[in-house]
Amino acid sequence: MNIETIKTRLAGGELDARAVAERALGAAEELNETLGAFLQIDRAGALARAGELDADRGASPARALNSVPVAVKDNICVRGLQASSGSAILRDYYPPYNATVIERLRAAGTIILGKTNCDEFAMGSSNENSAYGPVRNPWDTKRVPGGSSGGSAAAVAARIVPIALGSDTGGSVRQPASLCGIVGVKPTYGRVSRYGLAAFGSSLDQIGVFATNTTDAALALSVIAGRDPRDATTADVAVPDYVSQLTGEMQGARIGVPRELFGEGLDADVRASVLAAIETYRALGAEVVDVELPHAKYAIAVYYIIATAEASSNLARYDGVRYGCRAEESRTLREMYRRTREEGFGVEVKRRIMLGTYVLSSGYYDAYYLKAQKVRALLKQDFARAFERCDAIITPTTPTTAFLLGEKTDDPLAMYLNDVYTVTANLAGIPGISVPCGLSQTNLPIGMQLLGAHWSESTLFRFAHAYERAQPFDARPSVMAKGEA
Amino acid sequence: MKEGWEAVIGLEIHAQLNTESKIFCGCSTRFGDEPNANTCPVCLGLPGALPVLNRRAVELGARAALALGLRINEESIFARKNYFYPDLPKGYQISQYDRPFSEHGELEIVTATRDAAGHAREWRPMIIRITRMHLEEDAGKNVHEGLPETDRYSYVDLNRAGTPLAEIVTEPDFRTSWEAYDYVNHVRRALQWVGASEADMEKGNLRCEANVSVRRAGEEKFGTKVELKNLNSVRFMQKAIEYEIERHIELIESGGRVTQETRLWDDRANETRVMRSKEEAHDYRYFPEPDLPPLVVTAAFIEEVTAQMPELPEARRRRFMEEYGLSFDDASQFTAERGLADYYERAARAATNARAAANWIRSELLRELEASGRGAEESPVKAEELGALVRLIDEGKISGKQGKEVLVEMFASGKSAAVIVEEQGLAQVSDAGEIEGIVDEVIAASPKQLEQYRAGKETLFGFFVGQVMKASKGKANPKLVNEVLQERLRKS
Ligand SMILES: [Zn+2]
Repeated sequence: MNIETIKTRLAGGELDARAVAERALGAAEELNETLGAFLQIDRAGALARAGELDADRGASPARALNSVPVAVKDNICVRGLQASSGSAILRDYYPPYNATVIERLRAAGTIILGKTNCDEFAMGSSNENSAYGPVRNPWDTKRVPGGSSGGSAAAVAARIVPIALGSDTGGSVRQPASLCGIVGVKPTYGRVSRYGLAAFGSSLDQIGVFATNTTDAALALSVIAGRDPRDATTADVAVPDYVSQLTGEMQGARIGVPRELFGEGLDADVRASVLAAIETYRALGAEVVDVELPHAKYAIAVYYIIATAEASSNLARYDGVRYGCRAEESRTLREMYRRTREEGFGVEVKRRIMLGTYVLSSGYYDAYYLKAQKVRALLKQDFARAFERCDAIITPTTPTTAFLLGEKTDDPLAMYLNDVYTVTANLAGIPGISVPCGLSQTNLPIGMQLLGAHWSESTLFRFAHAYERAQPFDARPSVMAKGEA
Repeated sequence: MKEGWEAVIGLEIHAQLNTESKIFCGCSTRFGDEPNANTCPVCLGLPGALPVLNRRAVELGARAALALGLRINEESIFARKNYFYPDLPKGYQISQYDRPFSEHGELEIVTATRDAAGHAREWRPMIIRITRMHLEEDAGKNVHEGLPETDRYSYVDLNRAGTPLAEIVTEPDFRTSWEAYDYVNHVRRALQWVGASEADMEKGNLRCEANVSVRRAGEEKFGTKVELKNLNSVRFMQKAIEYEIERHIELIESGGRVTQETRLWDDRANETRVMRSKEEAHDYRYFPEPDLPPLVVTAAFIEEVTAQMPELPEARRRRFMEEYGLSFDDASQFTAERGLADYYERAARAATNARAAANWIRSELLRELEASGRGAEESPVKAEELGALVRLIDEGKISGKQGKEVLVEMFASGKSAAVIVEEQGLAQVSDAGEIEGIVDEVIAASPKQLEQYRAGKETLFGFFVGQVMKASKGKANPKLVNEVLQERLRKS
């Protein structure tokens, strides 16, 4: 059920909040063994919340997301629920406070269903870096759902919940959305509060939304967006009513195509689908213009310097002193630190901490971190120039469709290249959305990405919605909640 | 210091800014509460929590910077200083690095050489260059005593984590431990003066670190420096520096070498001990704090802060010299503390004789205050009252000698000078008519002496003065008595 359906059925009296919650809980519990999407399903909490909403029937319908079940990535704090961030070092960690997005979702009438699996501290593109096992792609359970927000993407793709929260540091919402055949939005940096999101790369992280369609994504984002006094990096920029902007209008719109991103390394099916989407836009009345992003080719290198540098610092707090996980019987403080972190962190996290520590070290800082920041500034300029010529840029979201579990685990560089189209938005701080745009010959979903200037989420939603109307994505995964269409 | 040697000293001061709440969250900065009572997700460094800068800390930081003659940067950047320690919950301290809050200060202090007993000899002004003053958060505190199983466990109290600090770093401009001593005292007073910090070393809201090296006199190159920590009072700091200077000189003269290291002052043993060597020194991997936007300080903000600030000690000292004609020493002494400076100005105004007020405060009031262990603000003799006393003397109502006795009484009883003078009948008779009456009586009662005087025995003038004073019970204004007698005795 999408949000509209839930609304209609509640209004018609066919369902109440409790029934909605029961359905979602049932599906989550039933499919979890197959998909591994949830790390915690909060049956008691969800039912209690549904009870509250039902008891408050008078006020509930006015709420934007009344009785909508939501799945939340495990790196976002919900008071009373676990927040392991997919790491063994935070096993059994229960945060004592709510993230700002959770406060806002609750105020809008949602039911938090549980916490979803993810790559450890959001570091990964396949969800194979979770300390609690992989998530499987609902389209083909031998394949990865993408990452790092793989659990949230799988939960939405399998129609367990209509919307879910993820976090996107280099593509962690858009890439799994693409691989799972759903919509995924990464807002402008500063659009959504990061308060309560366990930090990975603080200058890149944004909380984003998964949904089965653009309208639901727009609605969910309008609820969580806006300045937060608890996050000094959020901006005081008005949040438009995204849903009211979904007019389907594409007349006079300019779509930019960075041709250099359609070359080497791009799967033929993906290329064909995205090129076809460009033709759809042309047919809808949009003008298609070529744009150049000359520094995009450095994006992966720059990203893996800045993200790891920030991560090495952000993850220093997991030192065995707090949070429960501690290597016992250490003789010295140093030994406790070393052993706790050695045992508590997974391989990829340790690799990134070491990378980040290295690039910040005395003698290397200028050559790596500082230079990366300079290239980042140039990339921002690239986008600023491109957006003088167009309203949105279209690219594939990922170079390939979902790959097999284990296929890239031994080759970190190949894994990193999955983010080649998505990291630019995080580096530039601009918004991006991934929208399903077809199926491969192997029956796997393909996603296209739209990128816009800062604060242009409205435009991106409008463009995505226009495409969705012209080319409805009717295909469904093989693993889905019972009774869902 | 031994002949032929010179010491080179630089200082770092950490002063806690006097805010109600912490620098990046709303928790109280109060001391002495239950361990970890004043904490929240932000100052506990919980995953997902984010810092938000406390504007009051910026305001007080600006006051401190202005009081120390620093230039406040229009834009400064917070940076993370990364290191592991149990009292540092995030694994990094939010501080400032290559773009600090303020820089390039020149501070005029007064310093004095000391004799062996530590008594100041001659005070002279000295310019200290302050490299920078930046804002940062404090760490928590590890607790090793007074709790169960301290042989196996240490405890962490994060009440202090996140209290705002200003770190003030000087150039290596000090050549003696006493210069360093006078500088720290000056900074303490300046910070207290503008209300930026309580600056109490005993309470730990002012901490000090010193970099010390020595070189042969005339040498330009710096010697190997040692960093001194755990200096819990200004006096300990001075002693530690002195100890270290002597240790270095002895070491080098006996053919040894100074090792670059951090040493702690042990105030029981009266010596410094090694804490860590350079090889163990940290690479803090500073980088800009991505969670905080650059701190922008506008000219309007600085103006606003300046307008709210009290006049600074140096400016006030200069003004006291110009406006009240005080000596450098008096003006310096009176502006050492804001309370005393305020006291002096009020007293001077009430006395309408600024220099006389200064004399009375310096030679009489301060002695009484010191004897009773009180500051100028707590003086039982209010400034206006002291001024009134000075005025009584100036106007000839009482003599200076009587004034001293009256002041002692004012101190003891809290009564005003006028009341005491009245009660004790001390007021001088300055009424010309009254004195003329007494003089006439005395002259009438001493015809023989009058005759002799008029015959040329002028030494008898003293006899008449004595008689008049006696008749007035000592209260007659001597100047008037003199005038009237001269006139009356001349008459025939
Ligand atoms: Zn706090």
